[in-house]
Amino acid sequence: MSAPILWIAVPFIAGVLILFFFREEYVAYLGGAAATALALIAFVIPIDAALLLGGISIKIAPSVEVFGRSFSLPAADAPLLTMIYGSAALWFFGAKVSRSAHRFVALGLIICALLTASIAVEPFLYAALLLEIAAMLTIPLLAPLYQKPSRGVIRFLVYQTLAMPFILFSGWLLAGAEASPADVNAAIQSGLLALMGFAFLFSVFPLYSWIPQIMEETAPYAAGFLLWALPTFTAIFALGFFERYIWLLNTPQIAAAILFSGVLMTASGGLFAAAQRHLGRIFGYAVVAEVGLILVALGLHSSESANLVFLIVLPRSLELSVYALALSVVKGAAYRLSFDDVKGLIRKYPIAVGALIVAHLSLAGFPLLAGFPSRLALWRELSAQSLTAAFWVFFGMAGLIVAAARALSALVAADDDAKWQINESWIQSLMLGLGVLGIFILGMFPQMLAPFLANLPQLFERLAQ
Amino acid sequence: MLFDILSWAAVGLAFLAASTLLVSRDWRISLGALALQYFAAFWLITRHLPFAMGSVKLISGWMVVAILGMTRYNLGELDDDSRDSFFLRGAAFRFVLTAVAALVALGATPRIEAAIPGLGLPVIAGGLILVGAGVAHLGLTDDPLRVALGLLTLISGFEILYAAVESAILVAGLLALINLGLGLSGAYLLLAGSVPFAEEGEEFA
Repeated sequence: MSAPILWIAVPFIAGVLILFFFREEYVAYLGGAAATALALIAFVIPIDAALLLGGISIKIAPSVEVFGRSFSLPAADAPLLTMIYGSAALWFFGAKVSRSAHRFVALGLIICALLTASIAVEPFLYAALLLEIAAMLTIPLLAPLYQKPSRGVIRFLVYQTLAMPFILFSGWLLAGAEASPADVNAAIQSGLLALMGFAFLFSVFPLYSWIPQIMEETAPYAAGFLLWALPTFTAIFALGFFERYIWLLNTPQIAAAILFSGVLMTASGGLFAAAQRHLGRIFGYAVVAEVGLILVALGLHSSESANLVFLIVLPRSLELSVYALALSVVKGAAYRLSFDDVKGLIRKYPIAVGALIVAHLSLAGFPLLAGFPSRLALWRELSAQSLTAAFWVFFGMAGLIVAAARALSALVAADDDAKWQINESWIQSLMLGLGVLGIFILGMFPQMLAPFLANLPQLFERLAQ
Repeated sequence: MLFDILSWAAVGLAFLAASTLLVSRDWRISLGALALQYFAAFWLITRHLPFAMGSVKLISGWMVVAILGMTRYNLGELDDDSRDSFFLRGAAFRFVLTAVAALVALGATPRIEAAIPGLGLPVIAGGLILVGAGVAHLGLTDDPLRVALGLLTLISGFEILYAAVESAILVAGLLALINLGLGLSGAYLLLAGSVPFAEEGEEFA
């Protein structure tokens, strides 16, 4: 057995089998169990080292060849695999509660397999092709057959497709630029192409217009999964890209461009979130602001960049899954998510509304919640480099807190005689409750992430120097 | 010499097909033009890749045409402009737009050939014309079929250029898969909205 077969082929096949052969009621448990098993295997069984179980020796080979190219998942990737499939398990178990399990779990497993392949493929630039295929597979999740496709979905497809040629060509030009370092023009052209590609992949300002549109028009849980998966894997891909072409990040203009894009995304995301009157759109802008933070961490030009990226990425799966699940429950009750439609809903769905506000505040970096340690560490690093940039990031976070306050004021605006009820099902209450508990635990005891954070940045040694 | 003439003929064919795609409002003519465009792209790709690998791209392209054609045929007659937010609807404007894209491409071709020798003028010109036409197409519409056609045109142009610098079988396979995926995504988006809620049996949450 080789690692790529175990963590790419197996979930891919499982996804296909679920799509065609399993019934709705079991798939969330099945998909969640499969993802949990893959995460546990990555956590427990070392890659490329013999493990004796009784009289049987097990060894997971790190790579496999496909059409003359290698897919490789070395031992250093094990924490990453644990994180990916552990997070995927959270989403798949939650799918049962969101009542959209069958297609979501099946396609989710296939998408996770493809995104894992994007980490494993050598040369790593081919990841752009796999990210594009994964993006196309999300289309059936975002546009159900009974609903006309929204403009946001179409725009998403266009932007993700435009990213691929830029990344592939930049890789080819960068190889040439490395061969002749004196050719400044080639270096500038290749750097610009790479930045354009990542601008589309990360949906930097103003290319993120599809995110709030999708959140307004499609199922929040599926859209939330997309907004977790693609930026997370794009961040890992970007770290690999800049690890390989470290001289790009050492070019002050390029590092400044990445930092500026991130600050602009965070500030504009927070500002626009504060101005919305729709819970879905607020979620979308909160994600935009958070992706901006990832870019800020990337552009910091610091040995802590990789650490900070993972510190942001690790809790975001929990935050986004709880947020999307709560939105899903609220949408099930109110049908639409505008402030007028959800007015006073806290008295009917107190657990979902509470979870929604806690998850949102965590994204805004509220103290004692999961997002706080990463924001604090980021501010510390950023303020040492540019107080102006730190101010605008703070401004974006403040915008998210204002958005939370406005959402809360709409959600609590019930008639005085309205009675308190709990209309969530027991499983919804359980999952949301556990999620909120997890957000508090990660906020108060961030050292729980230390085992992951200790190993993950080792994948990017040149960035850490 | 003969190959050069044929290659320039393929560039002309690519321009003609891209213009037709942009100008024509009839989906049958558009899909016919897309099939011709894949043939032109096939010829230009085989200037740098083996015939067999070029054939993969031609076959996958024609499969995409078949997928989109069958889907659109089964939908019957629709109001093609129902979703289109395109406010400059004149065919002349669209043709001029393609011509501008082609002129920009032809203007840039010698410079790119000078910067990256060995690609070949017809390959660069053909690739850039299709990329330009694809971008122009995407800028004009949000109709799912038209967006799929625009993306496929853009990717065809990119494939022509990328085939000159990358000959890996895995890349050729993945690009063929992306072409098929774009075709299937386009077909899915065309179908979306045509199935009643109860039939699909999904919740809105």
